[in-house]
Amino acid sequence: MTSAPMTGKPAPVRSGSILAPTPHMLRRRRSETRFRLYGIVAIVISLSILAVMLVTIFGNGYGAFRQAKLTFPVTLDAQVLDPKGNRQREEMVKVTTVGYAKVLTQSFRAELTARGIDTADLSDKDIAALVSKDAPGVLRAQVLADTSLVGQTIPMSVLAGGRIDGFLKGRVTMESARLDSNINPEQLQFAERLQQAGILGLHWNVAFLTNPDASDQRPEAAGLGVAILGSLYMMILVAVMCVPVGVAASIYLEEFAPKNRWTDLIEVNVANLAAVPSIVFGILGLAVFINFAGLPQSSSLVGALVISLRTLPTVIIATRASIRAVPPSIRDAALGVGASRMQTVFHHVLPLAMPGILTGTILGLAVALGDTAPLLLIGMVAFVDNYPGTPVDGFLDPATALPVQVYSWATRSDPAFIERSNGAIIVLLGFLLVMNVAAIILRRRFERRW
Amino acid sequence: MTPIKLTVSALAVLAATTSLAAARDQIQITGSSTVLPYATIVAEAFGENFDFPTPVVEGGGSGAGRKKLCEGVGENTVDIANSSSRISQSDIDLCKKNGVEEILEVRIGYDGIVFASDVKGADFALTPADVYLALGGKVAKDGALVDNTSTKWTEVNAALPDQNILMFIPGTKHGTREVFDTKVIEAGCKDTGAYDLFLAKAEGADEKEKKAAAAKACNELRKDGKSVDIDGDYTETLARLDADKNAVGVFGLAFYQNNTDKLKVATVNGVVPSVETISKGEYPVSRPLYFYVKKAHIGVIPGLKEYIEFFVSDDMAGPEGPLADYGLVSDPELKATQDAVAAETPMGALE
Repeated sequence: MTSAPMTGKPAPVRSGSILAPTPHMLRRRRSETRFRLYGIVAIVISLSILAVMLVTIFGNGYGAFRQAKLTFPVTLDAQVLDPKGNRQREEMVKVTTVGYAKVLTQSFRAELTARGIDTADLSDKDIAALVSKDAPGVLRAQVLADTSLVGQTIPMSVLAGGRIDGFLKGRVTMESARLDSNINPEQLQFAERLQQAGILGLHWNVAFLTNPDASDQRPEAAGLGVAILGSLYMMILVAVMCVPVGVAASIYLEEFAPKNRWTDLIEVNVANLAAVPSIVFGILGLAVFINFAGLPQSSSLVGALVISLRTLPTVIIATRASIRAVPPSIRDAALGVGASRMQTVFHHVLPLAMPGILTGTILGLAVALGDTAPLLLIGMVAFVDNYPGTPVDGFLDPATALPVQVYSWATRSDPAFIERSNGAIIVLLGFLLVMNVAAIILRRRFERRW
Repeated sequence: MTPIKLTVSALAVLAATTSLAAARDQIQITGSSTVLPYATIVAEAFGENFDFPTPVVEGGGSGAGRKKLCEGVGENTVDIANSSSRISQSDIDLCKKNGVEEILEVRIGYDGIVFASDVKGADFALTPADVYLALGGKVAKDGALVDNTSTKWTEVNAALPDQNILMFIPGTKHGTREVFDTKVIEAGCKDTGAYDLFLAKAEGADEKEKKAAAAKACNELRKDGKSVDIDGDYTETLARLDADKNAVGVFGLAFYQNNTDKLKVATVNGVVPSVETISKGEYPVSRPLYFYVKKAHIGVIPGLKEYIEFFVSDDMAGPEGPLADYGLVSDPELKATQDAVAAETPMGALE
């Protein structure tokens, strides 16, 4: 910037008018253009990282929502399933899944013969390997629930084994099968014949959202049911615990507390607490809630308590900001017409601050939903096969959570779990998207500006 | 509802739930991540075939699991700790201190530890001596200990591929590392003569202490980046091998069997690792797997006895069972284990 000369000497003559740019102006413009370019580059870099991440996750995880299934009629052989022949459930529970597996393989073979499908180059074990190890358990549960099915022939759609599923999705190829000890190319050719006959096919996989977790031998049966339910229970409990405490603390700090060294100290501590790594709360949770209070481990209640500790500071900060945003004139007016301090807060300030509080809470919950570290220590990173019960008792049952399921699937040895893990990330991202959109809509619709 | 009412009701809910915290009806299992897949397979089958809830199985490591088992007796402590190494005297002492008097030791079978490289890479035929010469911190040369400077496998053994030495081995927190140290590194240390040299200059009050010092010296691996500790699990080792195709990684047999399309296994002393060669004792690098049961919980936690009996039954842990299918080497003395479990015989003192 050149300033006008203050001396008596005549100003140096400049070439051209103000419309013709001086070198200095050109330099300024160039630097501005450069700065804008930096900004664009920064955005492009972040967007492309996001794009790469999303493309990888969706590319790897899309398959989890489709599942290979075998459809064939199953004859429920009474001699195997109910040797005593009295259709009593107490007697029939003695037949284990081994018996049901036999029934399934028999029916499968019968269907192959009936449809004239060539099985010459396959051993019995090879053929049986096409049916998921999960199928006998499903059939057993179905039969025990309705014992009159024994002796009938019912149409069944059972899961195909993990490698066959991978073949239909392109994860397993003839080339990889040659090296793979769990499948051979003959089985894949057989699967192709089954596909042409319409016995084997890919279907939409709702079970991915409803099934519980499955062991390492049955990746095809693993689902997110327990994890979604566990996350839902935790979010409900976190909201129930955080919102009242957080709002009450914020109202007191903003509207009633005197401004002195103590309240300053509290404010600094609340801000610090929001930045404490979440694993610390996990250690605290293990020591206090499980070892001291004796709450059951792996339960959603303990998970929610731990995550509440982490979310509470966020809720307090958001609530205080939105209470502070309510103009003083409103308080003055209320107090002026004779309202008490409490009436002022509850009749005027709080309703006006509500949209901000809600938005802050939802965003806090969204962060809490993705939190894994504290759950590691309180036993929620576990294999949980039974759904937690209905509230309130269900809050004490063992459960897992969505991010935890992503982690535990990612460490399993069967490559099919990589697909499941990415599928779980998609579901988690879906929930986060819904929560964030809800926060934006609430803010847009109810926010007031003064 | 006003915030105050909400607070009150929330506290009421909390109080109600806390008072309900009683009578656990599912088995709680924790411990080794090597045993974890086997335990989940059994737990799942148990849930399918019995009218008990499916046990909850956690990973987290053998040592941590045994410590949790020894925290005490009661419903908020675990029932079973899976372990890929034998329980130690310090664990038993801790258990005693916390009132856990009787523990059932159940050996479920054996686990092989394999060396594997990228499926498209060269073949490796290793011996413990080769591995020690490649990874040991100091090696014997002309009767003296010198710093290990070899950079290529051919320098270690002319028959090995002409490739740079790079090995991914389990980090020290893993039970697998212990087996790797004793069965591979120490064996190789002895075979190459380095152990005797270490022993000659070891300091200690008696022979036993000297031997321990020599063994410890053997386990000092080189620190110039040729040997990389992996603290994560085998999926991480696999990812590292994928990034560096010339490297050799250490895996569990079960993990390798699930990934034979990506990994090529190395022979050790000329033996290909498999369920058969390990059960015959031909393949040298294997270890027993255990779980430990708190006896005081049998009869209190529903289904606990049934679960452990089911685990060691021939249908599960036998040579034709699903565990063998997944990579567990079935225990030839399984019958004795079944009898001990049926009689609820607690383990005696460690020898």
